[in-house]
Amino acid sequence: MTLTSTRQAILPDRLTNSTLTSFLRSVPPVDEVAVTERVASLSTRSIKKESKAHALRMAVTMMDLTTLEGMDTPGKVIQMSSKAIRPDPTDPSIPSVAAVCVYPAMVPYARQAVEGTSVKVASVATYFPSGQADIALKVEETRQVVEAGADEVDMVINRGAFLSGDYYRVFDEIVRVKEACGDAHLKVILETGELETFDNVRRASVLAMAAGADFIKTSTGKVSPAATLPVTLVMLEAIRDFWAATGIKVGMKPAGGIRTAKDAIRYLVVLNETLGQEWMSPDWFRIGASSLLNDVLMQIRWLETGRYQSPDYFTKD
Amino acid sequence: MEPETTEKTQVGTRKAEVVTPRIEWEYAPSRESTDIVEVADRYELFIDGEYRKPKSGKYFPTINPATEEELAEVAEAGPEDVDAAVEAARAAFEDGWGRMPGSERAKYIFRIARMIQERSRELAVLETLDGGKPIKESRDVDLPQVAANFFYYAGWADKLEYAFPGFRPEPLGVAGQVIPWNFPLLMLAWKVAPALATGNTVVLKPAETTPLTALAFAEITAEAGLPPGVFNVVTGAGETGAALTGHPDVDKVAFTGSTEVGKLIQSQLAGTEKRLTLELGGKAAHVIFDDAPIDQAIEGVVNGIFFNQGHVCCAGSRLFVQENIHDFFVDKLKARLATLRVGDPLDKNTDVGAINSRQQLEKIRELVEAGVEEGAEIYQPPCELPSQGYWFVPTLFTGVSQSHRIAQEEIFGPVLSIMSFRTPAEAVEKANNTPYGLSAGVWTSKGSRILWMADRMKAGVVWANTYNKFDPASPFGGYKESGFGREGGRHGLLNYVKHTGGRS
Repeated sequence: MTLTSTRQAILPDRLTNSTLTSFLRSVPPVDEVAVTERVASLSTRSIKKESKAHALRMAVTMMDLTTLEGMDTPGKVIQMSSKAIRPDPTDPSIPSVAAVCVYPAMVPYARQAVEGTSVKVASVATYFPSGQADIALKVEETRQVVEAGADEVDMVINRGAFLSGDYYRVFDEIVRVKEACGDAHLKVILETGELETFDNVRRASVLAMAAGADFIKTSTGKVSPAATLPVTLVMLEAIRDFWAATGIKVGMKPAGGIRTAKDAIRYLVVLNETLGQEWMSPDWFRIGASSLLNDVLMQIRWLETGRYQSPDYFTKD
Repeated sequence: MEPETTEKTQVGTRKAEVVTPRIEWEYAPSRESTDIVEVADRYELFIDGEYRKPKSGKYFPTINPATEEELAEVAEAGPEDVDAAVEAARAAFEDGWGRMPGSERAKYIFRIARMIQERSRELAVLETLDGGKPIKESRDVDLPQVAANFFYYAGWADKLEYAFPGFRPEPLGVAGQVIPWNFPLLMLAWKVAPALATGNTVVLKPAETTPLTALAFAEITAEAGLPPGVFNVVTGAGETGAALTGHPDVDKVAFTGSTEVGKLIQSQLAGTEKRLTLELGGKAAHVIFDDAPIDQAIEGVVNGIFFNQGHVCCAGSRLFVQENIHDFFVDKLKARLATLRVGDPLDKNTDVGAINSRQQLEKIRELVEAGVEEGAEIYQPPCELPSQGYWFVPTLFTGVSQSHRIAQEEIFGPVLSIMSFRTPAEAVEKANNTPYGLSAGVWTSKGSRILWMADRMKAGVVWANTYNKFDPASPFGGYKESGFGREGGRHGLLNYVKHTGGRS
C-alpha cells in the first residue's frame, strides 16, 4: 500500500478492519434535520448581477459534461466533446468546460476529440455503476482507461462491502485503484443514494479521502437520489475537517440531478460558505451534468442581452 | 470492539486548526425594495376603530436603527388617551364581542390572518426598517409565524369548550398588552390572537422604538371589519405602558420585556384582581456534548445567539462545551463567525442586522467592556461595519466563569459567553445556576441523555439538537425570573379565560 504519510496520519497505526471500524466511529455524527435547514437557509442567498455572471461562468468551467448511456457511440462522444470545448459557438468568450465524462469504451474517441485543448477526459471505471466485480478486474479496467488517455478516473466504491461493515475492503480497493491510476486524478463515487444516511456518507467520505481520493463524488447518476445539496454539504464538511487535520485538499463533485443554473448557483453558494475561495476552481470543484450546460448558457445570454432566447438557439450535442 | 482512540484517530474532533474560509466571490447587493411600503410622516393613536390625535398633544420620533434616520413621528398616549382606549375596549366587549359565537369571531381572525399573508412583504419591509432586523428573518421567520399564530388561534375560537373539557370558558374582558421591540409583530400576534379568539378585547402598547407594524396591523383590523374598539393601539414609552397596566378597568395584563419592568408591573398589580402573565428575560444555557453532531451544533449555536442580533429573550447566550472538545469546537465556531454577513438589514443576504437602538447598543458595549475587564478572552471576526447606524460585531468570550457579569446578566445582543463542563451533572448544575429559566439547548447524539437533561434543566423550553424553533401550537414561557404563564398552544388560551360557567 502506498499512501502519503500525511493522509496516513489520521489513520490507526495498525490497519485492520477492526481498527478501521473504530476509527470511522470517531467521525462526528451528522444531524439530518439541521443539515437540511442549513442548506435551506443558504439557498435563500440572492445572487444577482455581476456576482451571478461570475457564478455562471465559473459553473461552466467546473462542469464535467457527461454521457453515460448504453447507447453512447463515437459520434455522440465526438459531438459532445466539441460542445465541451466551445459551449456556445456564437460567443467565444464562454470558456470550455472542465472535462468530458464517458464510459471506458468511449475514452479513445473523447481523447482524440479534445486533444490540444484544456478539456480533460474523465472515464468511469471499476465496473461502473454497480462496482460488483472482482478487484483485479477493477484495477485492470482502471489501467486500461488511463492507457487509453483518461486524465481522470471516476471509480465507484464497493457499497456492498461498506454496508456489510467490511470497511477495510472498501479502503483497500480505493488504494489499489489509486495505484493503478498513476498520474491520473482519482474521483471516488460514494453513491450516496445507496448509503442512505448522512452518517454513512460522512464516514465513506473520510474513508475515501484517507485512501487517496483526489476528489469525492456523490453519485453515478444511475441511482435516485443522486446529488443533493444536503449530501454535498455533509461531504464538504468532511473535506474541511480532513484539510484541517492533514493539510491535504480534496476536491468535491456533486453529480446527477443538477439541471438548472439556479441549482448550480446554490451549489456554489454552499461551497463558498463552507470551504471558501480556496475551493472555487475546477481544480477543486466539479459538477457532473449533461443538461445543465445549456440552461447556464441561456442565463448568461439573458444577463448580457436582457432577453431570454429560445432553446433553439443553443446547440444540443 | 474497543476503539483504539489514539489522538490521531480523531479525525473530526481533535487535531483541527482554525481553517477559516476565505470568501472572495462577493455577493452583489441584493436590496429588498422599500417601494412597497408607504411610511407616513405622522402616526396617530388607534382607538375605537379610528386614528385619533393624542390628547397629550405629544409625538415622538421612531428611527431606522440602520441609518439613524427618522422614519416618522408617532403619537404619545397620555393617561387620558389610555382611558379612552380602555373605555372603547370595554364598550366593544360589552356590546357584543364577548358574547359573539366563537364561529363568528373566528371569521374575523381568519380574515386578519389571510390579510397578513397578503401583505406580508410590505409588513416584513416595515419591520426591518423600524427595527433593524435582517429582511431574511422578517420575511422567512417573523411574518410566516405571525400569520400562523392568527390561523392557529382562529381555529380555537369555536372549540374552546373542547380546550377545557367539562368547563364553559368565558372571556375576561379587557386585556392590556405591552410588547417588546425584538419581534414587534410576532409578539403582537402571540398576545392578540389568543385574546381575540377567546372573546376579549385588547389595548396594545407596542415598544417605543418599533411601533410601526402594530399601527399597520391596526389598519388591517379595520379593513377586516373588526368591530371598533375590539383592538386598540396606544403608542408611547414606559409611562404609557404603566398607565395601561395600572388602569383600573383592565382585567388582564400580559407583558413581554425585561425582568426589571416585569417586577414593577407585578408589584403594581399586587392586591388587584387583574390576571397577569409575564414573559421576561433569559440567559439560556446551550450545552454541547462531545458526541454531538459537531458541524450542525455549530450552526445551532450561531442561530442561538446571532439570530436577530441576539435580541431574543430565549437566545442561547451561555454556551457550555464539554471540556474534551472545547478548543476544537471554539476554533470551528470562530471560523464560522468570519462568514457571517453583518450590515444593511434590507439586503437579502444579510445575516446580522442593526442593533435596535442607541440605548441597547450602549448596554451591550457596557457588558462587553465588563467581560474584558473581568478577564474573559474576547474574539471578534474581522468585520466592516457601516458608518451610520447602530452596529455590534458578533462577539465570543472564552475563559468565562460563572461569576462574570457576562455569564449572569442578560446582554440581549450578539455576544456569546463560552464555558466548559466535564460531566452531565456539572452541565446541569451550571445551566441552572442563573436567576432565569426561559429556555435551554442540548446537543448530543444520545437520545437518553437528551431526556435526562430535559428533565433536569429548569427552563420553559428545552431544544434538543436544534435551537430557536417556534410553533403556534407549542407553549412558551419561563421559570423563575423569566416570568410565568405560557403563551402558545392550548396553554395560551388559559391566560384569557375564566371558568365561571361550571360544567357545560
